Amino acid sequence: MSQSHVAQTAPNRAPLYFGMMAVLIIAVGFLQSWNSALFILNMGLISAIMALGVNLQWGFAGLFNVGVMGFVALGGLAVVLISTSPVGEAWQAGGLRVLFGLAIGVATIVGGIVFWAMLRGNKYRALFIAAWLIAGFFIFRAVFDPAVAAIEAVNPAISGNLGGLGLPVLIAWPVGGLFAAGAAWLVAKTALGLRSDYLAIATLGIAEIIIAVLKNEDWLGRGVKNVIGLPRPVPYEIDLQQSEWFIGLMQSIGANPVTASSIFVKLCYAGLFFAVIIILITAMQLALNSPWGRMMRAIRDNEVSSEAMGKNVTGRHLQIFVLGAAICGLAGAMMTTLDGQLTPSSYQPLRFTFLVWVMVIVGGSGNNWGAVLGGLFIWFLWVEVEPIGRFIAEVITSGMADTSALKAVILERTVYVRPLTMGLVLLFVLRFNPRGLLPER
Amino acid sequence: MDILNALVAFTNFVIVPGTAYGAQLALGALGVTLIYGILRFSNFAHGDTMAFGTMFVVLITAAMKSIGISFGPLPTALLALPFAILCTMALVLITDRAVYRFYRKVKAAPVMLVIVSMGVMFVMNGAVRMIVGTDDRRFADGERFLITARDFKTMTGLSEGLAIRTTQVITVVTAVVVVAALFWFLNKTRTGKSMRAYSDNEDLALLSGINPERVVTVTWLIVAALATIAGTLYGLDKSFKPFIYMQLLLPIFASAIVGGLGSPLGAIAGGFVIAFSEVTLTYAFKKVITYLGPDGWAPDGLVQLLSTDYKFAVSFAILIIVLLFKPTGLFKGKSV
Repeated sequence: MSQSHVAQTAPNRAPLYFGMMAVLIIAVGFLQSWNSALFILNMGLISAIMALGVNLQWGFAGLFNVGVMGFVALGGLAVVLISTSPVGEAWQAGGLRVLFGLAIGVATIVGGIVFWAMLRGNKYRALFIAAWLIAGFFIFRAVFDPAVAAIEAVNPAISGNLGGLGLPVLIAWPVGGLFAAGAAWLVAKTALGLRSDYLAIATLGIAEIIIAVLKNEDWLGRGVKNVIGLPRPVPYEIDLQQSEWFIGLMQSIGANPVTASSIFVKLCYAGLFFAVIIILITAMQLALNSPWGRMMRAIRDNEVSSEAMGKNVTGRHLQIFVLGAAICGLAGAMMTTLDGQLTPSSYQPLRFTFLVWVMVIVGGSGNNWGAVLGGLFIWFLWVEVEPIGRFIAEVITSGMADTSALKAVILERTVYVRPLTMGLVLLFVLRFNPRGLLPER
Repeated sequence: MDILNALVAFTNFVIVPGTAYGAQLALGALGVTLIYGILRFSNFAHGDTMAFGTMFVVLITAAMKSIGISFGPLPTALLALPFAILCTMALVLITDRAVYRFYRKVKAAPVMLVIVSMGVMFVMNGAVRMIVGTDDRRFADGERFLITARDFKTMTGLSEGLAIRTTQVITVVTAVVVVAALFWFLNKTRTGKSMRAYSDNEDLALLSGINPERVVTVTWLIVAALATIAGTLYGLDKSFKPFIYMQLLLPIFASAIVGGLGSPLGAIAGGFVIAFSEVTLTYAFKKVITYLGPDGWAPDGLVQLLSTDYKFAVSFAILIIVLLFKPTGLFKGKSV
C-alpha cells in the first residue's frame, strides 16, 4: 500500500475504461451472439457486486476474506428457502423436530459460552464444559437425525427437503445478504482481533463448511440432488413467445420471437442488476465519503494511531466485515436467481473466491468503480479466454490427424488456460500496476 | 466383551490411517511453516506446489515403467522422487526469482505476498491441469500390503483383521527420515543455524553477516523437497487428483497454525492432532462398540460422530478452539 503522489495528476480514466468495456461486450454481440454478450454482461454485473463486497472489506478496511464462496453460496440457499413452495408432507414428517434439534444445538453452544464465563475461577470448568458440550451433542443428534431421515424419505426423487416459504424471489436477495451477514458475524467474532492470516484461514474454513452443509444436508436444499426450476422475477421465454403484445412488437421491428424472447429476458435481468448496482454504489460512495468512511480509511492506514484516537478498531472491522459479506451474499442470491437452480457442487474456491480477488486487485482496490470495472473485465476474460485458447489450440493442431490422441488431449485441456491466464493477469497487475486500473484517489 | 478384537479394529481403521495421514499433513505443514518463518507470509500456493511436485513424480514414474525400470516390491515412484524433487526445486526457484524476489526488494507488506501467492496458485493450478488433466491417477505399484487382513487373522486367530498397506509404512518411514534430516540440518549445520537466526530476528541476523538471499534460496529448496515428498506420499496412499491438493490447503494450514506458525516442531504436532481428530470423529464406531459391549448386542446406528463429508469442519473447529485459547498455537509460534 505504497502511496504515490503521481496519481494526483492522472486524469480520471473511468469513463474511458467503462467505454472500452462496453465496446468489448458489444463486439461479442456482433461476433458471437447477443445472447452470449448479455450472458457476459449479467454475470459480469453479479461479479461486480461480489467484487464490491470484497473491496469494502479489503480496499477500505484491509481485511483479508478468502471465504467469498461460502457467503455467495449462502445467498443461493436463501433463494431456495424463500422462493420455493413449502413441502407440507415433509413439514409434517419432521419439520418442527428439525427446528427443535437445531435449537438444542444452538442452546448447547450458547450455554457452553455462557457457562464458560460464569464458571471463571472454578477448577473443574474445562471438565464441566466438555461434559455439557458432549451431552448436548448427543441429545442434538438424537432429536435431529430421525427428523432428517423422515424428511428425506418424503418423495426423495422430487423433493426430500422442507422446501421454502413460497415468497417472491426478490425477497430472497436481501435475505441472502442477511444469511451471509450472520455467518460473517460468527467468523468475525472469533477471528477478528487476531492476526490477519488467521482471519484468512478462518474464512477459508467457513466457506468449505458452508459448501459441505449445502452438499450434505438434503433436508435443507436437497444437497447434491440440486434444486432446479426456481421461480423468476422476470417473465418466462415460453410465455413471451405466446403473448400477443410480444409477438406483435417483435414483428414490428422484424425480429425472430424465439431468439428475441431470450434476449428480452436477459435484458430484464440486466435491468434489475443495474438497479442493484446503482443503489449499492450510491450507498457505498455516500458512506465512504462520510466521517464513517474517513474513519475506516484512517483505521486501515494506521490502526495504532486510530486506536490512540479512541476508535474501536475491532468493532469497526466487525462492522465492515459483516457488511462486505452481506454484499457477497446478495450477489450469490442474484446469481442463483439468474441460474434458476442451486447446484452446490458447482461452488469452487478458484471460481468464487480467488477469481473475485483478481477482480478487486485488477480493478483497483479501494475504488468502488474499480471493483465494478474489475468484475466486468475479469469475468469477460474468464469467459472469452477459453474460446481464444481453443482457437489457438486448433491452429496448432490443425496439421495433426483427427484421430491423433495428442490432438484430442490438447483440445480437451485448453479449458485450463483459464486459471493460468487469471494468475498471470494478477501477477502482472501486482507487479507493474499494483494500484489497479482505477486507483484509489 | 472382546477387548482384543476391539483394539485391533480400532488400530486398523483409526490408528494406522491416522498415522499415515498425520505424517502427510505434518510434511505439508512443515513447508508452510518454514515459508512463514523465513519469508513471513502464508503461502496459498503450497497445495498446488505439492500437486506440481507429485505431477513430476507421476510423469517420471510412467517414463520409468515404460522403459522397464521398477523398484521390486516398493513403488517405482520412490525411484522417481529424487528427480521430481530436482524439477520442483527448479520450478520453485524460478518462481521466486521471477515473482517473489521483487516484493522482498521493495519490502512489501506480508499480506501483499499472500495475494501474490494467490496468483502463483492460479498459474500452477492451470499449468498442472494443462499438463496432466484432472483425472484421478493411481501410480502406486509393487507390493500392495505389508500384512493383509487375512494373514493377520490366520497369524493371530482373531476374528478382526489388521491390514497394513505398503504405502502407509513408506509414508511413516519416509516422514521420520525426512523430519530427522530436517532437524539435523536446522540445528547442526551452519546454514540451518543461519536460517533459524534469520527467522528469529531478521535485523540481528543481517547484522551478523547472514546473506538473506542465500537463506531464502535454501528455504525454497527445502520447501520444494518437502512439498514434493508430502504430495507424493499422499498420492501413493490415496491417489493423485490435482483438485484434492488444493483442498488439502485447509488441513495443512490448520496443522501449521495449531502447532504455532513458524515452529517446525509445532507443524508436526499439529499435523497429527488434526489427522487423528479428523479420522476419529468421522469413523463409524459400531464395530468397536459391538466388541466392547455385552455379547450378542450391537448399537443401532453407525455410531459415527460426524459424516466424513464434514472432515473439513473438524480441522476448522480445532483451529478455532486453539486460536481462542492459545492464539500463538501449541508450540508458541510467531505473530506478525
